[in-house]
Amino acid sequence: MLEEIGPFLEVLLGGLMAGVLYALVALGFVLIFKASGVFNFAQGAMVLFAALTLVRLMEVLPFVLAFAASCAIMVALAFAIERLVLRPLVNQEGLILFMATIGITFFIDGFGQTLWGSDIYTLELGLPKSPWIILDPPLPGGILVSPVDVFAAVTAGALVAGLAVFFNRTKVGRALRAVADDHQAAQSVGIPLNTIWLIVWSVAGVVALVAGMAWGTKLGVQFSLALVALKAIPVIILGGLTSIPGAIVGGLIIGAGEKLAEVYIGPAFGGGIENWFAYVVALLFLLFRPQGLFGERIIERV
Amino acid sequence: MLYREAGQFKTSYEADQSIFPIMQDRWGIAAILAFAFLAMPFLASEYFFRAVMIPFLILALAAIGLNLLVGYCGQISLGTGAFMAVGAYAAYNFAIRVPELPHLVTLLLAGGVAAVVGLLFGIPSLRIKGLYLAAATLAAQFFIDWLFSRVKWFTNYTPSGSVAAPQLNIFGWVPDAPSEKYLLCLGFVTVFALVAKNLVRSRIGRSWMAIRDMDIAAEIIGIRPMHAKLSAFAISSFIVGVAGALWGFVHLGSWEPLAFSIDRSFSLLFMVILGGLGSILGCFLGAAFITLVPIFLNQVLPELGIKLDTATVSHLEFMIFGALIVVFLIAEPHGMARLWQVGKEKLRIWPFPH
Amino acid sequence: MQARITGALAAAITAGLAGLWAGSASAQGEMNWPTLVYRTGAYAPNGIPFANGQADYVALVNERDGGINGVKLAYEECETGYATDRGVECYERLKGKLGGAVAFSPLSTGITFALTEKVPGDKIPLLTAGYGRSESADGRVFTWNFPLLGTYWSAADILIQHVTKVSGGADKMKGKKITLVYHDSPYGKEPIPVLQDHAAKLGYKFEAIPVTHPGVEQKAAWLQIRQGRPDFVFLWGWGVMNSTAIKEAVAVNYPRNKMYGVWWAAAEPDVMPTGDDAKGYNGLALHPSGTAFQVHTEVFKHLYDRGKGTSKREEVGHVLYNRGLIDAMLKVEAIRTAMKQYGNKPMTGEQVRWGLENLNLTAERIKEIGFDGLVTPIKVSCLDHEGSRKARVHQWDGKHWNFVSDWIEADTKYLRPKVEAAAAAYSAEKKIAPRSCS
Repeated sequence: MLEEIGPFLEVLLGGLMAGVLYALVALGFVLIFKASGVFNFAQGAMVLFAALTLVRLMEVLPFVLAFAASCAIMVALAFAIERLVLRPLVNQEGLILFMATIGITFFIDGFGQTLWGSDIYTLELGLPKSPWIILDPPLPGGILVSPVDVFAAVTAGALVAGLAVFFNRTKVGRALRAVADDHQAAQSVGIPLNTIWLIVWSVAGVVALVAGMAWGTKLGVQFSLALVALKAIPVIILGGLTSIPGAIVGGLIIGAGEKLAEVYIGPAFGGGIENWFAYVVALLFLLFRPQGLFGERIIERV
Repeated sequence: MLYREAGQFKTSYEADQSIFPIMQDRWGIAAILAFAFLAMPFLASEYFFRAVMIPFLILALAAIGLNLLVGYCGQISLGTGAFMAVGAYAAYNFAIRVPELPHLVTLLLAGGVAAVVGLLFGIPSLRIKGLYLAAATLAAQFFIDWLFSRVKWFTNYTPSGSVAAPQLNIFGWVPDAPSEKYLLCLGFVTVFALVAKNLVRSRIGRSWMAIRDMDIAAEIIGIRPMHAKLSAFAISSFIVGVAGALWGFVHLGSWEPLAFSIDRSFSLLFMVILGGLGSILGCFLGAAFITLVPIFLNQVLPELGIKLDTATVSHLEFMIFGALIVVFLIAEPHGMARLWQVGKEKLRIWPFPH
Repeated sequence: MQARITGALAAAITAGLAGLWAGSASAQGEMNWPTLVYRTGAYAPNGIPFANGQADYVALVNERDGGINGVKLAYEECETGYATDRGVECYERLKGKLGGAVAFSPLSTGITFALTEKVPGDKIPLLTAGYGRSESADGRVFTWNFPLLGTYWSAADILIQHVTKVSGGADKMKGKKITLVYHDSPYGKEPIPVLQDHAAKLGYKFEAIPVTHPGVEQKAAWLQIRQGRPDFVFLWGWGVMNSTAIKEAVAVNYPRNKMYGVWWAAAEPDVMPTGDDAKGYNGLALHPSGTAFQVHTEVFKHLYDRGKGTSKREEVGHVLYNRGLIDAMLKVEAIRTAMKQYGNKPMTGEQVRWGLENLNLTAERIKEIGFDGLVTPIKVSCLDHEGSRKARVHQWDGKHWNFVSDWIEADTKYLRPKVEAAAAAYSAEKKIAPRSCS
C-alpha cells in the first residue's frame, strides 16, 4: 500500500506545482477581465516578453536592477496597449476586443523575438536544482520536491497576498473593484477609467513578469513560454473569469487533474492526453455551471 | 461614371432578388471567372500555381466555411484547423479503404464527416457563447490533434503516423499538372462560394444573422437557436472539411496532424477578420492577403534591395499580421471587403463627387 | 484613413504580384541552393546552428574557390518554423529558381515525408543526412531520397548495441527496462518498430512515452519514469524538448548517465541550458564537435576573420554547426561528382541525383577537403542510399562532449530486410515499380 501512496502523492504534488504556474498566468487574465471586460489572449505573449526582457537584461545588469527595468518596460507596454488599442476600441463587444488581443499576441511575439532574439536563454536565480526528498521514513523512496517548484509556489502565494492587500486595502484597489462592478457607475462617481485600465494592465504586466520568472527558471526562456496562455484558458473557465481565488483553485485542480490523468489514465490511451484533458474537464464543467466555480452569475437582458 | 446603376430597372421579382443585382458586378464576376478558368491555366508559371494560387484557393474555401460560422452566425471558432484535419483524414480513409468510390464523392463525404464532428463540437454553443465557446473549440482542436496522432487506425497503421494521399482521379480525370490541380480547386471554390453566397441570403442565413446580432431577441421573434447554431456549425464544418481534404490531397500530398495545428486555425481566423466578417468577398481578400504577405516579404523586399535575414522576416510577418488585425479592428471592423465597398461607392459618383 | 489603407494595400499587392511574375529570372553560371531553415519558433535553438553551418560552408566554397568548378552557389533561405505546410510552401517557392534547385534538405522528418511525394515529379533529390524516413535507404523504391550517414532505424540499432555492451552482453539485457521519450511526430515515432523488435529478441521491457509538440510539458512523462525506474531512457526529442527533458530528469533524480539521446538530442542547445546538471548525459554522435579540423581553420580564415561569418564565432564547432557543414559538404561533393559526368556547368536536380547516387567519399578525398577526422568514408549506391551507418556515443562533461565509445556500425544484416519490406509496402501502396539496380 505504501508503495502505491508515494508515487500517487508525488504525481499529485507535481500536478499541484504545475497548477500554481498555470494559476500565475490565469491571474493575469482574471485581473484584466475584472477591470476592463477584456479577455486578454496576449497574457501568454506578455509572459514570454517579460521573461525575455528580464533574462537579456540580466546579462548586463544585476538581478535587482534588471527586475526593476523589466517592470518599467512592462508598464510601458501596458501604457502602449491602453493608448493604442484599448482606448480606440472602447465600448466594443467582448469578441472584438478578444480578437484585438490575438493581434497583440502576434505582435508581441514577433516584436519580442526581434528585439531579444529567439535562442533559448537560461534564467539563473541561484536556486538548487536537485530535488529534496521528504517523508522518507514512512514512504519507501520518499517524495521528491523540486526547489524550483517550491519557489514558484511561494512567489505565487506572495503575489496573491500582495494583490489581495492591494485590492482590499488601498484607494486604487477600491476604485478597481468599483470599475469591475459597473463601469458607468464608477465613471459617474469620478473614477478615471483610463487610469484604472492603465494600472490594471501594468499590474498584469508585472504578474506576467513573475510568471515568466517562475516558468523561465523551470524551462529556460524560449518561444514556447507564450504557449502557456493556452494552458491557462481552461483554468479560468473552471475558476470563473472574474475570481482571483478561482484562478488559484482552478489552477490547482487543472494541474493536479491533468497530471494524475496522464499518469494513471494516459497509458491506456497511448499517452499525451494532458493537452486536451484540461479542456474537456473545463468544457464539461461549463455545461453545468457556465459561470465557473467562483464566477458571478451571467444574466442577460434584451 | 464607370460604375453606375442608373437606368438598370428591376422589372421582375427574380431580377430584384438576383445574387448580383448590378450589371457591372455581373459582368465583373463573369470576366474574373472567365479569366480564372480559361486564361490563367495558360498564363501562370508552375510556381505561381503551386505556391500562390492553390494555397490561396483552398484557404479561401476554408475561410468561407469559417466566415459562415464567425461572420454570419457570430459563433467564434478557434478549432478550424482541426475540422480541416477531420476532412483530410476522412478523405484519406475513404480513399484507401473504399477505393471503388469516385474521388469526388470521397471529397464530399469527407466534408460530411467534418460536418458531423463540427455538429458535435457545436453542441456546447447552445449553452455557452463568446469566449467560452472559443475555449470549447480549442478543446476540439487539441482533442482532434491528439486523436489523429494516437489512434493508428486513422493513419492506416503507418509506423511514423504520417499519411500519403493517393493520386486523385475525378471520373477519369487525373489532376496531376499544377494547372489541373488549380482548376480542380477553382471549381470547388466557385461552386461553394456561390452556394455560400446564396445560403446567407436565404432563410437559414438570415436566421444566422439574427442569432449573431442578438440571440435572445432572435429567439423571441421565433428563430430556433438550436437549429440555427447547429446548422451553422454543420455547414461551416462541411466546407472547412472539404477544404481540409483538398489541402491534404492537392496541396500537401502527405501530411501529419501538425499540418493542421492551432496555427492554421489562427491564420484562418485572421483571414476572416482582415478580409471582412460577414462577407464572402472578404474571404478571398483575406486569404489572398495572408498568402501573399510572406511571399512579398521574402521575395519582393530583396529585389527592392532590402536584405533581411530569415528570422527577421518571419518575426516581421508576425508583427505585421498582429498590427494589421488591431488596425483593422479599430479603423475598419468590416475588413477589406468594406474597403472595397467604399471604393465602389466612390466609383459610383466619380468623377463628380457632388 | 480608409483611402490611405486601401492605397497602401493596393500598392503592396501590386508590387507583390509584379515581383512574383518576374521572380523566376535565371542567371548564368549560378546554381540554386535552396535551404529550408528554422530560425524562429520552438525549434530555433537547434535550427539556427545547423543553418549557420550550411550557410558558412556555401559561403566558404564561393569565397575561397569561386564556387564549384567556377559555378557559384546562390544560397537562399526559407523559414519553415519546422511546420510541414510551410516547408511545402518553401519548397514550391524555391524549387524553380535559377533553372531548378540542386537538392533540398529540409531538416524535418515531417517535411521530408511531404516532399517525398513531390520530388519524383520535380526531379530534385532530397538529402536527409541523419534523418528522414528510414525505409528510404532502399534506393530502388526511393530513387530521389538520400538518407546519408544513417537513418533512425540505424540509430536505434546502434543505441541498443551500445547499451547491450554497457550492460555486459546480450544475456544481461533480459529483464532490463528501456523507456523511450519521444517527440510526438513522424520523427519521434520512427525508431519505435526497431526498439520493439529488439525488445522481443533481447528480452528487455520496452515502453514509449510521447511528448506533445513543442515539448515543454513533460512532468507527467518523468513522473512515470520515476515510478517505472527504467534502466535506460532513450530521448528522441528536438528543440526545447531536449533541454526540458534533462531538466525534468534532474527534478526526478533520474541519473543523467543512463540517458541516451539520438544524434539530434545530443548537442549544445540541449545541455547548455541545464549547465552542470546535464553532466554525464549521453548521446549519439555522427561526428565530433569542436574546431580542431582543417575546414574550421579555413572557415575562420576566409569568413570570420573578414567579418563574413553567419554564426557567433564561439558557436563555430558546435555539434549542430558541424552537422550543417557536413550536410552542405555532402551536397557540394555530390555536385562535383555530377560535374565529372556532365561537365562544369550549373547542374540540374536530376544530374545532382546521379552525383549523390555515385558519391564515393574516400578517406583521401575527405582529407583533401579538410574534413579529416570529422567524417568517415561514405559510399552510396543505387541499392543503398544510406552510404554509411556509423555513430559514436559521446558524453557531456559540463563543458564539452567527450567520446565514450568507438564507432559502432548498425547491423545491416538485421536492418536491411526490414528496410526492404517497408519500401516494398510503400511501392505497393503507391503503385511504383521499383528500379532494377543491376
